[in-house]
Amino acid sequence: MGSNMAEAHPVGFQWVVEAKARGAKVIHIDPHFTRTSALADTFVPIRAGSDIAFLGGVIRHVLENGLDFREYVAAYTNAAALISPEYRDTEDLDGLFSGFDPEKGSYDPASWQYRSTGPPPGDEERPQEAQSHAAGAGGAPIAAPAEATDPTLQHPDCVYQILKRHFARYTPEFVEEVCGVPQDAFRAVCDAWTANSGRERTTTLIYSVGWTQHSVGAQYIRAGSIVQLLLGNIGRPGGGILALRGHASIQGSTDIPTLFNLLPGYLPMPSPATPDLDAYVASIRSRKQKGFWYAADAYLISLLKEYWGEGATADNDYRFDYLPRIDGDHGVFRTALDMVEGKVPGYFLFGQNPAVAVSNGRLMRLAMAQLDWMVVRDLAMIETATFWKDAPEVDTGEIVPEECRTEVFFFPAASHVEKEGTFTQTERMLQWRERAVEPAGDQRSDLWFTYHLGRIIRERLADSADERDRPIVELNWDLPVHGDPVWGEPDAEEVLRRINGYHLDTGELVADYRHLKADGSTSSGCWIYTGVFKGGVNLSARRGDGPDGKWGWCWPLDRRVLYNRASADPAGKPWSERKKLVWWDDDARRWVGDDIPDFPDDLPPDHVPPPHAVGAAALRGDDPFVLQADGKAWLFAPNGVVDGPLPTHYEPDESPVRNPLQGPRASPTRRRYDHPDNPANPALGAVFPFVLTSSRLTEHYTSGAMTRTLPFLAELQPELFVEVSPQLAAERGLVHGQWCHVVTTRAAVQARAVVTERIPPLRVRGEVVHQVWMPYHFGRNGLAKGDVMNDLLGIVADPNVGIQEGKAATCDVRPGPRPTGKALLDYVADYRRRAGIA
Amino acid sequence: MNSLFGPLDDVAGDAGHVEHPPRVGFFTDTSVCIGCKACEVACKQWNGVPAAEHLDLLGMSHDNTGALGANAWRHVAFVEQSKPVDLGMPAVDGLRWLMASDVCKHCTHAGCLDVCPTGALFRTEFGSVVVQQDICNGCGYCVSACPYGVIERRPGDGRAQKCTLCYDRLHGGLEPACAKACPTESIQFGELDELRDRAAARVATLHERGETGARLYGADEHDGVGGNGAFFLLLDEPEVYGLPPDPVVPTRDAVRMWKFVGAAAGAFLAAAVGSFLGRR
Repeated sequence: MGSNMAEAHPVGFQWVVEAKARGAKVIHIDPHFTRTSALADTFVPIRAGSDIAFLGGVIRHVLENGLDFREYVAAYTNAAALISPEYRDTEDLDGLFSGFDPEKGSYDPASWQYRSTGPPPGDEERPQEAQSHAAGAGGAPIAAPAEATDPTLQHPDCVYQILKRHFARYTPEFVEEVCGVPQDAFRAVCDAWTANSGRERTTTLIYSVGWTQHSVGAQYIRAGSIVQLLLGNIGRPGGGILALRGHASIQGSTDIPTLFNLLPGYLPMPSPATPDLDAYVASIRSRKQKGFWYAADAYLISLLKEYWGEGATADNDYRFDYLPRIDGDHGVFRTALDMVEGKVPGYFLFGQNPAVAVSNGRLMRLAMAQLDWMVVRDLAMIETATFWKDAPEVDTGEIVPEECRTEVFFFPAASHVEKEGTFTQTERMLQWRERAVEPAGDQRSDLWFTYHLGRIIRERLADSADERDRPIVELNWDLPVHGDPVWGEPDAEEVLRRINGYHLDTGELVADYRHLKADGSTSSGCWIYTGVFKGGVNLSARRGDGPDGKWGWCWPLDRRVLYNRASADPAGKPWSERKKLVWWDDDARRWVGDDIPDFPDDLPPDHVPPPHAVGAAALRGDDPFVLQADGKAWLFAPNGVVDGPLPTHYEPDESPVRNPLQGPRASPTRRRYDHPDNPANPALGAVFPFVLTSSRLTEHYTSGAMTRTLPFLAELQPELFVEVSPQLAAERGLVHGQWCHVVTTRAAVQARAVVTERIPPLRVRGEVVHQVWMPYHFGRNGLAKGDVMNDLLGIVADPNVGIQEGKAATCDVRPGPRPTGKALLDYVADYRRRAGIA
Repeated sequence: MNSLFGPLDDVAGDAGHVEHPPRVGFFTDTSVCIGCKACEVACKQWNGVPAAEHLDLLGMSHDNTGALGANAWRHVAFVEQSKPVDLGMPAVDGLRWLMASDVCKHCTHAGCLDVCPTGALFRTEFGSVVVQQDICNGCGYCVSACPYGVIERRPGDGRAQKCTLCYDRLHGGLEPACAKACPTESIQFGELDELRDRAAARVATLHERGETGARLYGADEHDGVGGNGAFFLLLDEPEVYGLPPDPVVPTRDAVRMWKFVGAAAGAFLAAAVGSFLGRR
């Protein structure tokens, strides 16, 4: 679901083909019949933006029919936990959970917490506001692990019963009505999924950007997780959830993040609310929580030692003060709006093409036109670098090249075969890449550029008396370089070693993140990567031909299946011989098997921790979810997601369909960016009656900078096109192969009409709903050119992670090319007027 | 005498190679093709085949290459079908999308080879058919002799071009570029006998799973070209993929035709002589 794996991950898809050859069945649920659907056994068309309704239907089917893997659910999830008596569900409050503050547009999760059997937690213990990214995916602090539980799962306030009540309305009729999926097709999916789960069989759920790019994206994934947990598929071979990433190494870009709100290893950036190290650590972990997030202080302090070296000591909080404090949303959309207001002077763009690749392309380009300067590093002259002279806004007169204030510096970049380093892909696997050819001319790697930029800045600030410059001047910034002693290429392997981490007293490389210390004796650039250079060997460079037969290195600690303790029952025996992965060997007194155990190796399955143990020492022998604050998987999430402890169906921000559930039409906590240049298409209404969705083609890659410039790829998909059904084509007079244009309140974009049955209309709430699909790869530069599809989308985002709702919007489609020049602005203005937007 | 038609066990030997490696070729299993076109790109990259001068969206589903030709030695076809009855393939009310990578068939009896007047086209020791551009005179006989429409003269150059089964890579002990690039092993390269066994087993498996339309194309040595060095597993009739249902090498009837010509000439001569003799 939410994935076009065959087109976006063609090489990875070979394993799906291999699984099919061994008898696996593949089900593809998507608005659009793609090359993935062509190889699936079953294709189920679904309305874009309704996946939570579908998954809710599956959850209801499992619970109503008692098809959950009961022993797994009872032992390994928080199904038995009792929730606070203050909790109210969306079923009780007309589409809202308890704790909503309409003025702030956010939730206070106090009523979502586990019921405590003791005195209520003090203020310092309980989270004041629902936090996302508080620490990774489950280190979110809860006041205490569940003390009140009902192992029989019957108590009305236990998670299991809350789940049942919450999803009771997601009947097959409901799924048909909301998703446009016929009941028998829906039931067939439920039957196949449940029949293929349990002791003897496991089912894998695969999703990618088709799930994340929604205003309720995080809840989509929560819904998928709930299904997989109820069916006992997590932590088991052939099971799990494959979160396919959108770029070859974007997993690495979140592990060692280029995100404003994260530090390496999913530690949160400090905020003004955490003025010192103790406050920061307390915000990540609670005093009583279990599991490996408890050692967050060791991970952070080791990071600070890597950043500021010897100068970072206990006396100065290890230079914690040198970290910036993030005081709000500084994501790309907020920053773009600040740019439009003239508040941002400069912009560095490394392999990023916002003129084409980001929602509301026009707003991005107008924003860039307000910058003083911009540095673009890329393989080709991308639209972002040339916007000042050839953006669509030059045609309309909104940008005048001679008057545009932005000074653009373009630095040619080395490609991935011209530099060394690691990729981290979707399986958390680090793979070392060697340099195959020297980059030509002035092309340089990102490592070279960043390192020398930092070096030059530090040289210039070396004598500065300004306190503000201390963090930069004192950085641990000396790397060995190859070649020229001043300007040479930094040693990427040394960078990886520093990321792995060192014991600072002995100079030994750290072998295991559990050896990291909070006393300043260890350094590590990213605690989850610790161990990749164990024993001085670059394990990410393994290619299957060594004695261990392994390829690459997966974080953490080369565990290939996360939470694999769950592949054995509470007594430590595999659930079945067929599906064994790791198990307890009582003679050896350790966990053994076909994967590195994601569990303390020597912790027996029947272990009960002493009463006041915390952190890893508080784990029971049957707590497989070692990074969760209570050691269990969360069917109900007391914290960690800001828009609710359970997924619930809301319509996308733009939708032609009324929400069949009462209450808010769209997610009440979704992040809106109100600005005259970011209008939303009005909900419902006749002006924009069609659902617009977008995804990728195999032949092109994201904004097309790497592919539309290559003749062999450009000729394979030479132009922007829009896929419409024969019914929609007849309704709007669209002719196959001829020009047409797609319109929203943001833009009109022209494309060749491709009339095909692969984007079928659906019957939703009794009405026919048409969907249209466009690839988003095209722009004006390169060989294969076209209008920018992203110009059509507005910016509205998921409140947990700030990802834009790019997969479900509304639009109109009309035959013929769009107007050009100023007439284009008038045309869009006319649509806005008709839609009732000023 | 070299045979022109019918089963032929030793294709390379028949062409004059004395000691030669076993015959190799392609088995293209279109049931696992994901339409990625890596084969098209890898082939062009390795062989220096030029990209199209003019980019054009053809409107033929996702196929913008169109057909095999001088500048397209691998061509992926896309066929969208609505079938009323679902026979095991994914169906939206019977919607199915067939994808298939087409290539030169390296026929056992290759029409292009048979008619080439210059010897530019020749049979390699591997059993493949290769055209040498430095000998080709651009006469174009091969173009009309190919039952599949594979070979073509390159516009602007005039000489015939087609898949070489990566003859140079074979000499280096490497598999052809398209086979190497194919991520799902739709394109399989190897010894032809072994490929034929593998293909037959695959068809059997698909039939067991309800995919009764699966069949091999070009694997039958009794067909009109003596079987192909590059054969396919199809999920529907060949015409659906743009392939001729009953390809026949034009030179099949060459002997009979020339005998007929000889008989006609003889009869004509006899009639001419007779008309002189009969006149007194």
